[in-house]
Amino acid sequence: MRPWIVPVIAALLLAALPAVLTPYTQDLVVKIAIYAVFALSLELLVGAAGLVSLGHAAFLGIGAYVTVMATGDGGAASALWLLPAAMGAAALYAIFVGALSLRTKGVYFIMVTLAFAQMAYFVFHDTKLGGGSDGIFLYSKPVIQFGKTVLLDLDRKADLYYTVLAALVGTYALLALINRSRFGHALAGIRVNEQRMRAAGFATYGYKLAAFVIAGALAGLAGFLLAVKDGAVNPELLSWHESGAVLLMIILGGIGSLRGAVIGAVAFTLLKELYQSEALLGPLAAHWQLTLGLTIIAFVALLPKGLIGLKARLSGGAHA
Amino acid sequence: MDFATFLVQCLNAVQYGLLLFLVASGLTLIFGIMGVINLAHGSFYMIGAYLAFVLAPWFGDWYLTKLMVGVLLAAVFGYLLEWAFFSFLYQREHLQQVLMTYALILVFEELRSMLVGNDVHGVQAPSWLGGGFKLGELMSYPWYRVFASVACVVLALALYWVVNRTRLGMMIRAGASNRDMVRGLGIDIQRLYRIVFAGGVALAALAGMIAAPLSSVYPGMGGSVLIICFVVVVIGGIGSITGALVASLLVGFVDTFGKVFFAEYSGIGVYLLMAVILVWRPEGLMKRSF
Amino acid sequence: MRDPKTDATEPLLRSNLLTRRFGGLTAVNGVTLGFHVGEVHAVIGTNGAGKSTLINMLSGEMPATSGSIHFDGHDITDWPQPQRARAGLGRSYQRTTIFPEFSVLENCRLCAQAALPRAWAVWESAQHCEASLATAREALERAGLSDDAQRSAGTLSHGGKRQLEIAMCLATKPRVLLLDEPLAGMGAEETERMLALLGALKQSHAVLLVEHDMDAVFRIADRITVMVNGEVIASDAPAAIRANRDVQTAYLGEGH
Repeated sequence: MRPWIVPVIAALLLAALPAVLTPYTQDLVVKIAIYAVFALSLELLVGAAGLVSLGHAAFLGIGAYVTVMATGDGGAASALWLLPAAMGAAALYAIFVGALSLRTKGVYFIMVTLAFAQMAYFVFHDTKLGGGSDGIFLYSKPVIQFGKTVLLDLDRKADLYYTVLAALVGTYALLALINRSRFGHALAGIRVNEQRMRAAGFATYGYKLAAFVIAGALAGLAGFLLAVKDGAVNPELLSWHESGAVLLMIILGGIGSLRGAVIGAVAFTLLKELYQSEALLGPLAAHWQLTLGLTIIAFVALLPKGLIGLKARLSGGAHA
Repeated sequence: MDFATFLVQCLNAVQYGLLLFLVASGLTLIFGIMGVINLAHGSFYMIGAYLAFVLAPWFGDWYLTKLMVGVLLAAVFGYLLEWAFFSFLYQREHLQQVLMTYALILVFEELRSMLVGNDVHGVQAPSWLGGGFKLGELMSYPWYRVFASVACVVLALALYWVVNRTRLGMMIRAGASNRDMVRGLGIDIQRLYRIVFAGGVALAALAGMIAAPLSSVYPGMGGSVLIICFVVVVIGGIGSITGALVASLLVGFVDTFGKVFFAEYSGIGVYLLMAVILVWRPEGLMKRSF
Repeated sequence: MRDPKTDATEPLLRSNLLTRRFGGLTAVNGVTLGFHVGEVHAVIGTNGAGKSTLINMLSGEMPATSGSIHFDGHDITDWPQPQRARAGLGRSYQRTTIFPEFSVLENCRLCAQAALPRAWAVWESAQHCEASLATAREALERAGLSDDAQRSAGTLSHGGKRQLEIAMCLATKPRVLLLDEPLAGMGAEETERMLALLGALKQSHAVLLVEHDMDAVFRIADRITVMVNGEVIASDAPAAIRANRDVQTAYLGEGH
C-alpha cells in the first residue's frame, strides 16, 4: 500500500468532520490538530536529526506572542504578513538558539535548549515586553481581505478549522518531502553517525542548524494558530512543561515517524482531557498530574517505541 | 552604590552561589558517574524545603538537629528511589531518561500537593541565628545568611574530602572513568551508585532546607532551581565539581548584580552568561575532574 | 616490489613536523611523511606508537599541536574534516562505522551525496538521485559488494562490513585513501580480496595503510614507515625495513 494513502484519507475525513461535530468537539479537533503541527515540528528535530530539544515550546510561544503583539489594537491584521512575521520571529530565535546550542552535544544540548527556552519565558513573564504572567489578549483575529472582499476570516469557526487543517496537511507534506530528499537523508545519517558523515564530507553543523530553524519556524506556525484559536497568549506557552509535553507526544506516538507524531498528539491531548475530566474520574481528576506522570513512566518503560511500535508488534513483529 | 551595599550584594551573591553549588554538585555527580540526566533533581530541593517547613513545629530552635534529621530522611529516600526507579534508567537513552524523570516531577508535584497543599509557606530561621550584624550606617547583614554560606562551605569541603581522600571517593572516581573495571575489581557497583545517588539527593534536599527561611517554600521552586543548575553544569562542565563551584559562584554574581542593575531583565542575565560561555568554550570551563 | 617514488615527484599528501601533545604526553612528535599516487605507504608500529593519532590529524578529526599538512599544494592544516573530505581526502575506520539500519547501497549513496550541490532542493527525492546512485554502484562494484546492494548493512558479515567501509570511502571519490586497519578481523579469503582491491586502487590513488597484519603489509606496501613512541624511526622500501636494525630491535623482534 502506498504510504501516502492513509494520510490522504485521514485528511479527507478530517475535512468532512465539521458536518457531524458539535462545537465543543470541533474545538477539540482544532486544538489537537494544532498540537499535531507542533509535534511534527519537533519530530524533524528529534526523529529525523536525532537532536533532543527540551526547549521547543519557546518557538511555539514566540510565534503566539508575535501574533498577538503585532496585531495590537488596530483591528484585524492581514494574515498574509502576520503569519510570516510570527514564523519569522520564531525562526530568528531558532537561529540564535541553534547556532549556540549546536556547539554542544547529547545531554549538554538538552540542557542548553531548555535554558534558552527559559530565557524566552522570562522575557515574556517578567518584562514589560510581554504583559506579565497574565498574558495578553488577541483583540482581533487575522483576516485575508482585498478591499471589501474578505477571503478568510479566522474569527469564523469554519475558516479557522480549514486553515488549521491546511496547516497540518501542509506541514505533514513538507516534512514527508524533506524526509525523502537528500537533505532529509543527510539528517538521518547525522542522526546515526555524525562522525561518519563528516568523514564523507558533510558540513554537519549547517545541516543541523537548518533543521533546527525549520523546526522552530513550524513551531511558530503552531503558535500563530494557537493564539488565533484561543484569542490570548500567556507565558506558560513557553514553559518547560509545554516543552516536556510535546516531547512526550512524539515518544507516545513513536519517534521516527510522521504518523507517530500526529498519533502522539492525539493520544496525549485525549489522555490529558481524560485525566482532567471530573465526569469520568471524579475526585481523581484533580490529581491528574499524578495519573499522567505514572502513565508516562509505565509507557516509556514498557513501550519505548511508542504506539506505532505497539502496532508493529501486534501485527507480527515488523522490524523496528 | 555605596560600599556597604556593594558588600552586602557580594555576600548575597556568594551565599546564593554556594547554595546553588550544593544542588548542582549532586546533579553533576549523578550525571558524571551514572550517566543519568535527572530532571527531578530540582524536586529534591523542593522536598528539602517542604521538609524544613513540615519538621519546623517539632524541632523549633533545634535547627541543626532538624537539618540532620532531614538529611537522613532525604538520604534514605534517595537510596530507596535509586533502587526502585533510577537503577532502571542507566541503560536507557537520554530521551527516555528525560521523559521518565519529567514524569517523576509530575508525580512528586502532585504528591506534595496532596500531602502539604499548594500554599506558599515561610519558614523561620532559628532564634539563635536571628538578627544581623551591622555593615556601615544603615545596613545589617542577617546572621542566617552567614550561617547558610558557612554551612555550604563546610559541606563543599566535606564533599571534596570524601571524593578525593577516602576509599569511597576513590571508588566513585574510578567508577566514573571505568565502570567495568571497577566491577571487575569486585566492587559492588550497584551499591556504589545507590550511595552516590542518595548523597546527591541528600545534598539537594539539604540545600532546600537551608534555603527555606531565605526564599520561602513554594510549589514552583524545584523547577526554577533545576534549570539554573543545568546552566551551572553546562558552564562548569559535566562531572566536574570544581567547575560546578566556579560556575555556581559566577551565576550567583551575575544573578545578584543583575537584579540590582537591570531589574526586570535580570532573569535573562544567567542565560546570556551561558550563551557567552558557549561561544567561547562549548565544553564547559573545566574538563572533567573531581 | 617496486621501489618507492623518489622525492622528485611531489607527494599528493604530506605532513611536515606534525606533532600532537595531550597535556604532558606527546603522542606524535615531528612526523614528516609523504604519500604519493601509485603507492601504498604503510605505517606500522606497536600499540601506542601514535598511528591512530596520526591518521586522525591527517583526516582532520583532531587538530595538530604544531606542524603542517599539505594536500595537492594547499595548506590544509586548519581545514575542518568535511572540507578535507570534499577536497579528496577519504578515510576508513578501524572500528566499523557503517550505518547498520540503511541498505548497503544507501550507505554508499549517502557518502556519495556529500559532494553534490543544492542540498536545499528538498523536492528532489534522494532515492532517485542518479548522480549519487551511479557513484555508489561503482564503489560497491569495486569493493565486490554489488550483489549485496539491497541488504540491510547490519546483516553483513564482519568481512562484508569492512568491505563496505572501503566502499563508503570510495564513494566520496577520494584521491587519497587513509585506511585504518582495513584487514582487522578478516579471514584469509577476505584478506586476499581486500589486498587485490588495494593493489588495484593504488594505481590511481595515494594510499596510507595503517595495519597490524605484517604479512599483508610486506606483500602490498611500496613503502613502510615504522613509528615508535610517536616518532618515525625508519621510512623505506619493505626490503630495507626488514633489514633495518633499529626496526628489528624495536618492533619486529628476533627471527626477521
